Amino acid sequence: MIRKTFENEIQQVKDEVLLLGSMVEHAIIASVETLKKRDIKGAEKIIAEDKEINKKRFAIENQLMILIATQQPMAHDLRLLASCMEIISELERMGDYAKGIANINLRMGEEPLLKPLIDIPRMAQIGTDMLHRALSAFINEDVEAAKAIPVEDDVVDALYNQIYRELMTFIIQDPKTIERANWLLWVAHNLERVADRVTNICERTMFIATGEFNEIKSSDDEFWKGQKK
Amino acid sequence: MQNTQTPEYAIETKSLFIFYGSFAAVSEVTMKIEKQKITAIIGPSGCGKSTLLRAFNRMNDFVPSSYVTGEILMQGQNLYGKEIDPVEVRRKIGMVFQKPNPFPKSIYENISWGAKINGFKGNMDELVEQSLRSAALWDEVKDLLKKSAYELSGGQQQRLCIARTIAIQPEIILMDEPASALDPISTLRIEELMQELKKNYTIIIVTHNMQQAARVSDYTAMMMIDDNRSGGVIEFDKTQTIFTRPKDKRTEDYVTGRFG
Repeated sequence: MIRKTFENEIQQVKDEVLLLGSMVEHAIIASVETLKKRDIKGAEKIIAEDKEINKKRFAIENQLMILIATQQPMAHDLRLLASCMEIISELERMGDYAKGIANINLRMGEEPLLKPLIDIPRMAQIGTDMLHRALSAFINEDVEAAKAIPVEDDVVDALYNQIYRELMTFIIQDPKTIERANWLLWVAHNLERVADRVTNICERTMFIATGEFNEIKSSDDEFWKGQKK
Repeated sequence: MQNTQTPEYAIETKSLFIFYGSFAAVSEVTMKIEKQKITAIIGPSGCGKSTLLRAFNRMNDFVPSSYVTGEILMQGQNLYGKEIDPVEVRRKIGMVFQKPNPFPKSIYENISWGAKINGFKGNMDELVEQSLRSAALWDEVKDLLKKSAYELSGGQQQRLCIARTIAIQPEIILMDEPASALDPISTLRIEELMQELKKNYTIIIVTHNMQQAARVSDYTAMMMIDDNRSGGVIEFDKTQTIFTRPKDKRTEDYVTGRFG
């Protein structure tokens, strides 16, 4: 096989993207776990670790630019490297959502949770599970999986809507809960966005494999449609 | 950008086969070359790229055993028709070679000579200046017109050869690896020049350098030999498509450097 060196370098980049993905998965799960336990030390650790996620993203970006500059990738190679650029930025933003949840945990201070967290950890579980499988689909260029995973975003959206309505009833019953309800709403919103970004990764995977851009769907629109009278 | 205009074609081939004796070096090429565009022909060594290019202006006629079947049509006229004068074909379809091959004459005469032979009756000084300007060489040589072409650098010599081709006012310019003997800066200068030239001429270029094809051309034809070692065009599409999402696996392997 000619271009063995290049092949190896591409493989290294893919491994790094996977590693970044697992850092992000871990951060999302940990952010919700520490919130559930109101573990302040844990939240601080997540915020510190987000710096590592950002660093990793820039390291991969640099690696990608070097490959593009030195190897002049074409066709499939080009689509792969260009898409990696996109995917690592999606992952970094997902890391920011985890950091955002950890920040909310800190901001809540001594205030107890408005309610025990049940649906929020479910959202985190489903979102990270989707992310995990989306990254395998990316590595294996599994078009079928990349098409199927975004459909699951509906479940996450449904949970988000449910949490939204539930928190609204808290606020209506007792307006003093506004701030605590708002914190949880932000947490849920962050998790809802995680699933949206998984969809973007799946779109990239399909592009790498087929060379065609296809927007799968925008669940942002779905949500706002749900809010209309 | 939407382009609703139907493209005009400068030249087209229909079921073109090019033989050397009984061996078909190129088989079954049917393609239309768009006017005032740059079409690149790429493919591994020995796939028939240069043979196909030389067929366009009947340069293969100089190889005794060579002949073609099928047609090459320019404005509906078969260039291999009985009534066609190959010299006239080469006037309409000029060629620039891999190694700059100026005549051992002055810069001025390199331009004027071909025009004189072709019966040019206009203002020769003007033609020389205009041709050198079109080849982006005028500013560098305007005070050296009487000097030998051999005193120029390789890149300048190649642009002189392009100027010489333009002076005959062809419709199509064939380029066979025009920059492969040049340094990177001279190469980029030739590539830049090609973008200027395509405003007035149709260019067909053969190149081993895929990045060059990707940089300069509008269309790319990918050639490859078949089981009988005969070359053919396996994929012909917009250059952007060939280099980002080729349809044929062999094109993909070639442009990503995994051929072989």
